[in-house]
Amino acid sequence: MSRLGTLGARLYNGEVGYDFVAKRKLWYGISILITITAIVGLAVRGLNMGIEFEGGAVFTTPKTTASVSHAQEAATEASGHEAIVQKLGNGSLRIQVAELDTQQADRVKQDLADDLDVPAEKINAELVGPSWGAQIANKAWTGLAVFMILVVLYLAIAFEWRMALAALIALIHDLTITVGVYSLVGFEVTPGTVIGLLTILGYSLYDTVVVFDGLKEGARGITKQTRWTYSEIANRSLNATLVRSINTTVVALLPVAGLLFIGGGVLGAGMLNDISLSLFVGLAAGAYSSIFIATPLVADFKERDPQMKALKKRVLAKRAKGEAADASDGDGVQAPADAVPAGAVVGQRKVSRSARKRS
Amino acid sequence: MAAPNRGRRPAGAQGKPGRALALILIVMVALTGGMFWAGQLTPRLGIDLAGGTTITLEAKSQPGKENAVNETNMKTAVGIIERRVNGLGVSEAEVQTQGDRNIIVNIPRGTDSETARKQVGTTAQLYFRPVLTVTGSGADTPETSPSPSASPGDKAEDGKDKAEDGEKAGEEKAGDKAGDTASSPSATPTATATTQGRAVTDALKKDETPSPDASASGDAKSSESPKPSEPASPKPSEKPTSDADAIAKLQDRFAKLDCTDEKVRSTLGDGVKPADYALACGEQDGVWLKYILGPAEVEGKDVDDAQGVFDQTRGIWLVQMEFTDNGSKKFQTITGRLSQQPSPQNQFAIVLDGQVASAPQVNTTLSASAEITGSFDQDSAKELGNILSYGALPLSFEEQSVTTVTAALGGDQLRAGLIAGAIGLALVVIYLLVYYRGLSLIAILSLMASAVLTYTIMSLLGPGIGFALNLPAVCGAIVAIGITADSFIVYFERIRDEIREGRTLRPAVERAWPRARRTILVSDFVSFLAAAVLFIVTVGKVQGFAFTLGLTTLLDVVVVFLFTKPIMTILARKKFFANGHPWSGLDPKRLGVKPPLRRSRRTAPATVDPKEA
Repeated sequence: MSRLGTLGARLYNGEVGYDFVAKRKLWYGISILITITAIVGLAVRGLNMGIEFEGGAVFTTPKTTASVSHAQEAATEASGHEAIVQKLGNGSLRIQVAELDTQQADRVKQDLADDLDVPAEKINAELVGPSWGAQIANKAWTGLAVFMILVVLYLAIAFEWRMALAALIALIHDLTITVGVYSLVGFEVTPGTVIGLLTILGYSLYDTVVVFDGLKEGARGITKQTRWTYSEIANRSLNATLVRSINTTVVALLPVAGLLFIGGGVLGAGMLNDISLSLFVGLAAGAYSSIFIATPLVADFKERDPQMKALKKRVLAKRAKGEAADASDGDGVQAPADAVPAGAVVGQRKVSRSARKRS
Repeated sequence: MAAPNRGRRPAGAQGKPGRALALILIVMVALTGGMFWAGQLTPRLGIDLAGGTTITLEAKSQPGKENAVNETNMKTAVGIIERRVNGLGVSEAEVQTQGDRNIIVNIPRGTDSETARKQVGTTAQLYFRPVLTVTGSGADTPETSPSPSASPGDKAEDGKDKAEDGEKAGEEKAGDKAGDTASSPSATPTATATTQGRAVTDALKKDETPSPDASASGDAKSSESPKPSEPASPKPSEKPTSDADAIAKLQDRFAKLDCTDEKVRSTLGDGVKPADYALACGEQDGVWLKYILGPAEVEGKDVDDAQGVFDQTRGIWLVQMEFTDNGSKKFQTITGRLSQQPSPQNQFAIVLDGQVASAPQVNTTLSASAEITGSFDQDSAKELGNILSYGALPLSFEEQSVTTVTAALGGDQLRAGLIAGAIGLALVVIYLLVYYRGLSLIAILSLMASAVLTYTIMSLLGPGIGFALNLPAVCGAIVAIGITADSFIVYFERIRDEIREGRTLRPAVERAWPRARRTILVSDFVSFLAAAVLFIVTVGKVQGFAFTLGLTTLLDVVVVFLFTKPIMTILARKKFFANGHPWSGLDPKRLGVKPPLRRSRRTAPATVDPKEA
């Protein structure tokens, strides 16, 4: 940890760093690849929608000695539909029957109780009509759309439209990846998953906002200097906030991991598991995207700005001049000092500080 | 973030860290006190944690009444369902709207959820329709019997048949009444009716008879009562023919109608408009009767109030109804007409959800208030009263989901949630301890403050706004640990950045604050926005989650502003932190402050810059 601590210091001081921004094409490529995989997976395999979306019933028995196959037979016979039975960690059975309407379900529950020799009132039942899932899904889509519009507006005001756009792309990226993982792995999609997915919205942005905030500050007064281009400053800010970003992600993931462990390991299945699983995947994707996607995107957008283009020109011209000067009189005081270990990151810290001072 | 801003704000904040702390302590004490005062020491648990049944209903708009699903109607429906469910003796059942077209009914464990569910599900539209024909359904089929029908010639033959069948059925069931009522005025008397106007059912007669099977509804009578007999009838000659036509038209279906089949019954009312003639079933003493009914003349909403009461003088249970002004007029019209009919045709059916709940006979013109007598017992009287007063749901509903959680599973889930929360919290605390060392003390204290606020507010919101902690809400709270801790991290990292810039702790704390504050506000706002949108837009379990997330995000801001920052300011004065003790988490060496190097670095760009500018 303490090593991480000093790493933080070195990152902050620009002594070390990683050039996230310059290698953006690579990250974009990776992300596009993942996204395509996710979309293909979605198109080919679809999502494994839970009972809540398809309509049907889930019965959970108390701890029982009845075997899975026995329960399956009993449920299939009672309902006339194929039943899926799972044995849960605590010895209880989870029996899913699709296409069962809420009226029939009572009867099936009773039959099951008789068959498995457990009291009917000890059986948990979740009965869902066929249109309920559609309603949840519709609402979720509406929520998603409303949230995206609001948040883009807000970020455009709090930061600027380019950052808002980049954040939005990163967000869509996270959601696509999460959905893709669900489709490829075949996890069941339940309302819990949807909750998790929708929470990613807030969280993924939380992370992005932390990074952008650093970026905005780092870029203050950027046009008044000619040492660094926007991309370089962006990278510098990214590295400076890296520890913060990693820490917030880790701290966000820890409780979710606790949930996942308990939800998945102890309870077997259910709401806790569903929420935490999608959150976990989404948060991980969110941490990746705010560093590797969102900030490079902002840099890309920014470099298209005439002002930034002009700045880049000036910077490059100056560097060329500097090199020429270096070559002629060997006065390399600035350059070597800056060009410490990790290549392109160099000592941009000075810039940001001087920029800050001027503002 | 303008420079002057940076200079100004911290000065104020630095000056009075004690005040902010005092404020939040007062708030915490007040909330805790309130919790004890309200006797609500734990948050109310939702159905999925405490056990019970949750029913989600969705309002379906009727063809032609697409606007019916609106806030007012939903509110009315909630009120009605609530009273009905609680009227069953289900205590603490909860009925709330969710989204714009859903109603959630929470029934705690220990109550008869089956019955409650039935009540909730069957609550639907209520209409008063004149009875045209009635007959038993099932074993004894009607057609054959000849009819003594009292009504004159315009009655359709079928009508007559039916009437007769009806009587027959009635006889079979209850003995002699059918005949009695049909021919004799004797039915009315018992009612003591005439004096104040009441609808008297033949059931009343049953009451008098020792017959064990008591029923509120007129069993046997049938046949419509159009004009013939009734000179006063407001409606002229056209009606009889239309009744006859309608009966003729419905005859085939009527003949085939088997009311003993539940499926048939449940679909019977589908698509029938109030103005249509309708087929309907009604149960009486365990025997199903089938009816042909005229167009609805009074609606459920015309009933102002109704209740089952015990009449001391007569020693019987009866149902009293009060009509609204508008309803009185309509009721007057219908009873005026029906009461003129020969008695087999003088019934009106109280139709609930396509099913005849009761079909009392009318013996006199009635208006604003009426009572229905019969062989009610307490339950049946109350139930009919309930149906009459609350059955007038403005909307029809469809069951969307029914979740039954046993207490055992609920307990398991609660335990799992708490364990998960504890694990998550422990992991976060450990991480903070290792990484931030002494600083983590502040973070942990802040987390505790946040936890106290969240817990007390949740507890108080139970009685306050009916907030119930469900599993998604527990998840939300656990996830919120991360969000809350993130704010501290943002601030701590800022302070460290300032120290790396070469500042000593106290100025660093103050300078870092405005920037950290900004980041925290922006990111918390985004979080809160997500929670608010989720809460407003979504339905079902998502809402509980969104609520907790939103609440904890708000509390995070409160805690960071009123607790973390002031504590930080105060602790910055302590030697342990100010001198950068290795375990304080603020050790300049560890943070990579290299004063000499730093100075040279600082000057370098400074000299460069002017040249460039």
